[in-house]
Amino acid sequence: MTQYLVAVVGEPDYDTLSPEEMEQIMADVGAVVADAQEAGIFVFGGGLHGSEATTVVDARSGTPVVTDGPYAETKEAMGGFSIIDVADLDEALMWAGRFSAACRCPQEVRPFQDDPDADVPTQSEEN
Amino acid sequence: MDQAYDDAALARIFRDEYGRVVASLARRFGDLDIAEEAAGEALVVAVEKWAADGIPPNPGGWLTTTAGNKALDRLRRESLRDAKHQAALMITDDTPPEPTGPVEDDRLRLVFTCCHPALPPEARVALTLRLLGGLTVPEIARAFFVAEPAMGQRITRAKAKIKAAHIPFKVPAVADLPARLDAVLAVVYLVFNEGYLAGEGDSPTRVDLSDEAIRLARILRQLLPREPEVAGLLALLLLTDARRASRFAGGELVPLSEQDRAGWDRSLIEEGHALVRECLATNRPGRYQILAAINAVHTDAARAADTDWLQVLALYDQLQRIDPGPVVALNRAVAVAEVDGPDVALAIVDRLPLTTYHAWHATRAELLRRVGRSAEAREEYDAAVAATGNAAEQAYLTRRRRQLV
Amino acid sequence: MTQYLMSVHGTEADHDMTTGGGYGSPEAMREAMAETDRYNKRLQAEGYWVFAGGLKGPSTATVVDGQGAQPVVTDGPYLESKEHIGGFWIIEAPDLDTALALAADASKACRGKVEVRPFEG
Repeated sequence: MTQYLVAVVGEPDYDTLSPEEMEQIMADVGAVVADAQEAGIFVFGGGLHGSEATTVVDARSGTPVVTDGPYAETKEAMGGFSIIDVADLDEALMWAGRFSAACRCPQEVRPFQDDPDADVPTQSEEN
Repeated sequence: MDQAYDDAALARIFRDEYGRVVASLARRFGDLDIAEEAAGEALVVAVEKWAADGIPPNPGGWLTTTAGNKALDRLRRESLRDAKHQAALMITDDTPPEPTGPVEDDRLRLVFTCCHPALPPEARVALTLRLLGGLTVPEIARAFFVAEPAMGQRITRAKAKIKAAHIPFKVPAVADLPARLDAVLAVVYLVFNEGYLAGEGDSPTRVDLSDEAIRLARILRQLLPREPEVAGLLALLLLTDARRASRFAGGELVPLSEQDRAGWDRSLIEEGHALVRECLATNRPGRYQILAAINAVHTDAARAADTDWLQVLALYDQLQRIDPGPVVALNRAVAVAEVDGPDVALAIVDRLPLTTYHAWHATRAELLRRVGRSAEAREEYDAAVAATGNAAEQAYLTRRRRQLV
Repeated sequence: MTQYLMSVHGTEADHDMTTGGGYGSPEAMREAMAETDRYNKRLQAEGYWVFAGGLKGPSTATVVDGQGAQPVVTDGPYLESKEHIGGFWIIEAPDLDTALALAADASKACRGKVEVRPFEG
């Protein structure tokens, strides 16, 4: 099994939607989450606050430096995401397609590193 | 049957068997790099051994077995260095016989992996030619006029994504098959057109992409005998390719209506017509089947004047319902001109948003000529010449322009 | 309690394990990974931990648009920016100050800037 990040991209424009339409989206996303939980592949899901609620911490020098706002070079913030644990990319794309339809926006699918406990790379890249 | 050993026979066998060997190993070991490397090593052994002993009765089986042993050797070597590989080896060493599914050929899994929609389209084409078609990276690079390192990188990156993102090595589920098959057929059609439209003037070292596409389509046809769109695509390629020799004369493109029909390849046409008849009997029409049927009507006419344009128009009407895009509308307009007259066709063409497309200008020029609007036709021929990069087409358009009264 | 995303950003090259990625050398990378590992255990021990994971490089991304009749799948990433999210933690903390303090330790451990954003609801 591989974990995949299924992230909302492209900042969907929900401001123009009516409360009813918004409710419908929430219900549709909720239904996909319920199905994913039922299938036993759902790890985490959540919507994020926008850049106005974002803070950056840099403590590489030893002393934490806290600055307001999103990380400078991130042009477009993630609106939210799900983490799923599935057999392969085709299965991940199937769920991403369902999330995309429910939230009315494209989704980006990226695999997590295979073994979070791996201390050194195990692939035979040197060949 | 033992075959005589010579370089040409060897090259043909390698190309024919490469996809089978790589596909089989990719399924067993779940890794394209291991599969390709082992296939390459097996070819090297074959060159030496076959030169001495002659070509074995089943060269494909020989190559697959040899390559499988090479891959196992490599995994064993690595497992000595890395305990983690030991576990992997225990799994891969115990390979069950090929799982029986709806289709049993590993090459089918491989082609769906190569043409996966998560890969960039240009990489799908390159990977299919490399892994399934057995073409070398330099051959693919030359065929697409891309620098060799760039083509190599394109293929390497695609393979890295297959591995990292876990693109599966399997035939898609029945529900996904039509859409996924469409992506595969699009790759084959693109390979064909790349060879067909480029026409003449290729360097002698250039792999003939049209032939390669037909070979891939034949493999798909063999793997998916019940998919009418596969039969349709093969028929379309055969019926188009049958006219290849008559398409050019004296460095000039010859349009269908003026082609020497005696120069058409009758055996390809007969094979294509049989496939089209099979599609009609199956009665699950699709884009490639309809395009093949249109080509069947054209290749059925002994003279251009005998063409059943009503039938062609009916088929374009059907195609337009599947694909309402402007390019289909443009091609349909050519049939409209024959059935309802050039003025009706011109009214359709004028509305199409294709002003940067050379065929739009060329079609419009012909229609303007036929309705007697010579000055405008002249301008359109100029625009068509400017919009195409193909010298043979330019020569033809320039001649047509000169013929205007 | 509020859930916070603590994300680290980087370039495709930062994911290159063979060169040590953004850490400068394979040794420095191993050190940072070991420290991050210790930090993760602390998050779990102190009850802040929800999830943590490192992502594979942006070139492994695929975009899915499921808004039409048929989902459209394309090679990713969605944005052609130089820097992408490279990995993140999800923590649960009583307030932003706690989250920022945890983010500072995360920044030290993984040797990167850490962006902190609250989840909704």
